[in-house]
Amino acid sequence: MNQLTNHMTQGIFIVGVGNQYRHDDGAGLEVVRRIKKLREDIECVEQSGEGVQLMDTWKERNHVILIDAVSSSKAPGTLHCINANKEPLPKNWFSCSTHNFGVAEAVEMSNVMDTLPVTLQIFGIEGNCFDPGEGLTPEVEQAVNRVVEQIQSIVDGEQ
Amino acid sequence: MKKKNRTIKVDYLARVEGEGALHIEIKENQVSDVKLKIFEPPRFFEAFLRGRDFKEAPDITARICGICPVAYQMSAVHAMEKALGIQVQGPLRDLRRLLYCGEWIESHTLHIYMLHAPDFLGYEDAVQMAKDHKDVVERGLQLKKVGNEIVSLVGGREIHPVNVKVGGFYKVLAKTEFDHLKERLKWARDAALETVKWSSRFDFPAFDQDYEYVSLSHPDEYPFNEGRIISNKGLDIEAQEFENNFREDHVEYTNALHSVLIDRGSYFVGPMARFNLNFDQLSPLAKESAKESGIGDHCHNPFQSIVVRSIEVLYACDEALRIIESYEKPDQPSVDFEIQEGVGAACTEAPRGLLYHRYKIDEEGQILDARIIPPTSQNQKTIENDLWQFVPKHLDLPQEKLTWQCEQAIRNYDPCISCATHFLKLDIVRS
Repeated sequence: MNQLTNHMTQGIFIVGVGNQYRHDDGAGLEVVRRIKKLREDIECVEQSGEGVQLMDTWKERNHVILIDAVSSSKAPGTLHCINANKEPLPKNWFSCSTHNFGVAEAVEMSNVMDTLPVTLQIFGIEGNCFDPGEGLTPEVEQAVNRVVEQIQSIVDGEQ
Repeated sequence: MKKKNRTIKVDYLARVEGEGALHIEIKENQVSDVKLKIFEPPRFFEAFLRGRDFKEAPDITARICGICPVAYQMSAVHAMEKALGIQVQGPLRDLRRLLYCGEWIESHTLHIYMLHAPDFLGYEDAVQMAKDHKDVVERGLQLKKVGNEIVSLVGGREIHPVNVKVGGFYKVLAKTEFDHLKERLKWARDAALETVKWSSRFDFPAFDQDYEYVSLSHPDEYPFNEGRIISNKGLDIEAQEFENNFREDHVEYTNALHSVLIDRGSYFVGPMARFNLNFDQLSPLAKESAKESGIGDHCHNPFQSIVVRSIEVLYACDEALRIIESYEKPDQPSVDFEIQEGVGAACTEAPRGLLYHRYKIDEEGQILDARIIPPTSQNQKTIENDLWQFVPKHLDLPQEKLTWQCEQAIRNYDPCISCATHFLKLDIVRS
């Protein structure tokens, strides 16, 4: 794991991953959009899920929270919380995200390249519908609300 | 070899952007069936665009693909500008080329280093490759980042750039704002040169084919945004004639439509088509590098497309530097125009090949009809044809090796199936 160094950006950085035109695949983006409306003090960014871009986004960050939709046959809206510094990500969970060099591969590659943030927390929201179209299904909508609350608690706890 | 019925079943195709499915069946040592199954979001986006304002098309279509948003924006703005009867020239046109350079660098480098090179070096994926070749992977990551920086600077954002509009840009930069990028591009050009040398040393299966290559062609430049649509077998048309010359066939096993040349069948779009049809328009450095790599001025083996892609990255770095050096800030960020009803069609060269958009708008600029044909659905039939040719020559390979080589044959096309589908599962079935 990386040690915190002087050039690393302090503070928690939120990365929402997904595609808003794929119904529940947009869950990560929706979390970021809601946090942006609620809190100006939290730094957030939206990403498509392309892995190299993700690696670049979290490089030299101290604490990153990433939110993405996942598909693991659990009940829609189930929240998966993973500490990516300590446990491997199931690759097939994130296949619903845009590309094959995606979240899981970016975490593994960052590990090899020694560019993982000191803390990388991943919130995976179990999606229900990934067909083309806009809007989240009700269970995912509720999960988004829970994640927004949890992220605020994490940020407040660290300040 | 003893004759037998085999069903090769592979139900996952790795390192192809997005997901889809491939199914191959072999009976009595003959390939009896090849089906590439993909689903097609552009169909959804075509419907989604109807009733929207013409100004929304670049940003909405940019969401079709996380890898090539610029291509969708460029085809959209050019088609809209045709419908509105306007032309974007001078530095604004150059900035569009610069933006496209950024996307080619980003997209090609991702494919070369993260998705395709592991095939040739015998690794399961780029992560495994990085364990042994950290410096090489680092070069790929940095090179791709330079592409991101161009897109971010000119497009306003790395992902789904927001600065592009019909008629030009929302905001244009002063010349001095490119100073840092210029230095980065000089490094990138050297890294791209190394990439050509590196990829050209890979071991390629012999697989030259007789394809009909289709790409844009422009008298003065290697094609990005403009040109006539030509082929090596006599096609020479304007974009508005596309639908008179190409037909999309519905195929039962896939949601995607197979695009074919009417009366001629499958064709080949992408880096190899551009390279073979436009070699003379490459920069001197790119041409020299192509010759030194052993590729020369033509390439008919799709397994060598990784080298051609590397040459295009080198060209994109060179072209980006040329544009930045000659750039002068335009007086205004976009051209003025009146909204009018009309129909406009345009093709631009997405990293993976020709990307066709056509729009019909009314007198208030509302979109009445939209048509989008991505490069991957144009290459779909050619990919299947390659597998029909490739598999019979390699039937003696063990199941796992044959499967891997089939996946590699598909990856030759860098299929951006997320442009054309969401989920990809690959089934190679031997019975």
